[in-house]
Amino acid sequence: MSEQVDARGLSCPQPVLMTMEKLKTLNQGELVVLVDTDTSRENVSRAAASLGWQVKEVQPVGDEYRITLQKG
Amino acid sequence: MSSIKEFFASRLGIISVGLFIGVFASLLQYWGNPGNMGICVACFERDIAGAVGLHRAAVVQYLRPEILGFVLGALISAYAFKEFRPRAGSAPIVRFILGMIAMIGALVFLGCPWRAVLRLAGGDGNAIFGLLGLAAGIGIGALFFKAGYNLGRNQKEYPSVGWLFPLIILGLLALRLIFPQIPGQDKNGILFYSLKGPGAMHAALIISLVVGLAVGVVAQRSRFCTMGAFRDLYLFRQLHLLSGLIALLVAAFVTNLILNQFHPGFVGQPVAHTMELWNFMGMVVAGLAFALAGGCPGRQLFMAGEGDGDAGVFVLGMIVGAAVSHNFGLASSPKGVGPHGIAGVIICMIALLFIGFTMRQKA
Repeated sequence: MSEQVDARGLSCPQPVLMTMEKLKTLNQGELVVLVDTDTSRENVSRAAASLGWQVKEVQPVGDEYRITLQKG
Repeated sequence: MSSIKEFFASRLGIISVGLFIGVFASLLQYWGNPGNMGICVACFERDIAGAVGLHRAAVVQYLRPEILGFVLGALISAYAFKEFRPRAGSAPIVRFILGMIAMIGALVFLGCPWRAVLRLAGGDGNAIFGLLGLAAGIGIGALFFKAGYNLGRNQKEYPSVGWLFPLIILGLLALRLIFPQIPGQDKNGILFYSLKGPGAMHAALIISLVVGLAVGVVAQRSRFCTMGAFRDLYLFRQLHLLSGLIALLVAAFVTNLILNQFHPGFVGQPVAHTMELWNFMGMVVAGLAFALAGGCPGRQLFMAGEGDGDAGVFVLGMIVGAAVSHNFGLASSPKGVGPHGIAGVIICMIALLFIGFTMRQKA
């Protein structure tokens, strides 16, 4: 079970802040981020890439997105 | 559709949007809007407040079609790209107050962040102090975010909740069409018009509306935000949104040069004053309020068009803030700050610090 950040219902910059904080503590591995707007999806993906993480998968779940980030 | 989505999310996309807004903002001045005010979200919402009689400052009354276009363009774009997300419920009263404070600060400087950039692009040196204030205010906001400031989650809502704000905008558009300006008259039906001053300067209805719609579409797609431009730089060392803002500045500057609209100086600039400390402080207040609310006034309009009811509340707060600003003598004029402008800035700053310090999640 990979680590998870639930940023649904939060607007920018919260989802990115939460994701980056978690990515920094994890250093490598896999992180699932839940967001519910396209803006957050783009911002989280962009921020993860800037820290050297890969966006492995973006899975739409209804109106929401389940973003899987991976490193190492 | 997905390739269009990717384009607007890219660096080239945000730069293109900045260029587009910059060129058309300068052109709107050429077509009749006030000097260095091709687009000003704060000024134009203030003019709308005047048009519906919430304040009675005779020189700033006009139901600006650009603002209506921004919201409706974002609404159309959100539907076209399946991004309409009705949502609300994240501390609405705080957002209303932040909107009021943002407007009070912006009217001490005389412009929103878009206009601060447009003023600089037109040669108005006073704008430098406003932009420094904006950067400082957003910097304080970034510190609050690092300290855990958070207005909490919103909730999914009925589609009708997302539609309420765009419906208000459609209602205003209907009023504008039913009660057009009668030459020489300061009122038609329930709408007020200016006979002189900035409120009397405007491009033709159809031009303003079409440009507004186009800006609404591209800005919704690209998430263009002048507050985010600085915030993302401070918090994440990201230049994405800032590159769009710089593109706006460059495009407006070049267009102004071509149209002979570039007049460098400090004194006698259009709809501007030279009290630099208060140009700075007004935008510190506005910048911090935008940061705490999660978007510049333009971005709030686009989010309101996407169905974000909290952004709609912020906009309504700004419009009420404009009324308070003019009714209480807080707004500046080309002569300088209003009789109670300085007191207004101080009270707003205290209110912002109260919000920033108390609305934090415990780690």
